[in-house]
Amino acid sequence: MSKKDIELTGPLVLTVKERKKRAKRTSANWSAITLSLVIPILLLAVWSIVTFTELIPSYQLPSPIAVVETIVGLAQDGSLWSHLGITFSRVIIGSLIGTIIAVLLGSVVGFYSKAERLFDPIIQAFKSIPSLAWVPLFILWMGIGEPSKISLIAVGVFFPVYLNMVSGILNVDRKLIEVGKVYGLSHFELVRRIILPATFPSFFTGLRSGLGLGWMFVVAAELMGASQGLGYLLVIGQNSSSPDLIIASIFLFAVVGKCTDWLVKIVENKVLSWRDNSVIGG
Amino acid sequence: MILEIDRLTRIFEGNNGVKNVSFNVKKGEIIGLLGKSGSGKSTILRTIAGLDQGYQGKIQIHGDTINGPHKEIGVVFQEARLFPWLTVLENVEFGLTNGKKDNEEIARFFLKQVGLGDAENLYVKQLSGGMAQRVAIARALAANPGLLLMDEPFSALDAFTKMQLQDLVLDIWQEQKLTVVMVTHDIDEALYLCDRIIVLAGKPGEIDREFHIAEQRPRNRGSELLARKKSEILESLQIESVRI
Repeated sequence: MSKKDIELTGPLVLTVKERKKRAKRTSANWSAITLSLVIPILLLAVWSIVTFTELIPSYQLPSPIAVVETIVGLAQDGSLWSHLGITFSRVIIGSLIGTIIAVLLGSVVGFYSKAERLFDPIIQAFKSIPSLAWVPLFILWMGIGEPSKISLIAVGVFFPVYLNMVSGILNVDRKLIEVGKVYGLSHFELVRRIILPATFPSFFTGLRSGLGLGWMFVVAAELMGASQGLGYLLVIGQNSSSPDLIIASIFLFAVVGKCTDWLVKIVENKVLSWRDNSVIGG
Repeated sequence: MILEIDRLTRIFEGNNGVKNVSFNVKKGEIIGLLGKSGSGKSTILRTIAGLDQGYQGKIQIHGDTINGPHKEIGVVFQEARLFPWLTVLENVEFGLTNGKKDNEEIARFFLKQVGLGDAENLYVKQLSGGMAQRVAIARALAANPGLLLMDEPFSALDAFTKMQLQDLVLDIWQEQKLTVVMVTHDIDEALYLCDRIIVLAGKPGEIDREFHIAEQRPRNRGSELLARKKSEILESLQIESVRI
């Protein structure tokens, strides 16, 4: 059995190597984190200095502390949570609708070449319309309430998810599909057991860039008329000339946007731990 | 007779493919299909596997005419073709249709047989090329095929891994009375494993010669008999190259 032993050392060697790699990776992680903090800290320092020395007047650029105070104030009177909540729910509902439609349509277009010829040209044409151009039309059709805002976000999320879905399906390795055929899998089984799992990575790529667009579009949607939401705070800040409020809401946008991306990334790494390039897993 | 092929013809553009190929395979035989690239070796295998139904002629397995993938046939491709999102064990279970418990039991048995009993929870990215091909062999065997087709199964592996896997195939063949049709362009491999070697020549490929190797297995890779057969085979391939 010695012939088998020779090769079986493979995984053992791998784990030792992997352990070393992992140790290296964590130390590399820390240095990466410190490195990534350098510029934000520098910016914060410069910001503090120019505001404390009143190099830039505070009605144009408030101090970091003033911004933090604004956020704390909003949190204390409770309005922060309702603004955050409404914006968040708009993004989530809009993204969900956009994603579901994109996955359904993307699958049909990916699987059936007839559907591709039917739908894909028109979708490609629509894609080249800057999505913000829809704003007036949506307001005209649906009024200034929630439906128009959610539709706008859904449109934004739709395209990246759809495009990645289609290319994901079209790029599934035909050789793997052949294996399924050898085992006599039905068309439906091929889709369920081979094509869908193989499409997951590109679906997540689409979902993440879609969510990014969703956060962009919620700003546009709330700027065009809202009585609540982070975008509404931006408008108030502009109208009442309070830059602290504007910077506070920009900051909040950044934080929540990053958080949702991070959450999706965690799910992605969990679902796709089999991927060769995944950072976590193994 | 497990497999009967009668005047199989399948010609593609540019005269690739095969013409009028007939041969039979008995239970327990290992048949090698040898030929230069473009002589249609793989075409024959794909039609037997039911992956290419546009052929003329007749292919029967256990008397059933092939018009699509057949339960009795297992395939090992040149690449391992494992599903990266499944573990090694799940990959081996892939084609099984018993209950979950039975599937796992069967898969474990065959993993052990290919020497990977400890690897069942690994993902494909953690496997070496040789290990991946072992898993692919286990996956094909787990479905209990009456006929195993192998399409240049070891050509992507290094020389030592290749020899290990050839021995592995022989071990399993002896234990389970496998019937194998394998495509190869490695004459030594064919001589080491096969009962009969069918040499294809021409474009589209036709059966040029057939060599019987009666020597008992496991054979000595350096034996005089094999060396003599090898020079005969080389000669037959050479003649063809002059003809073209």
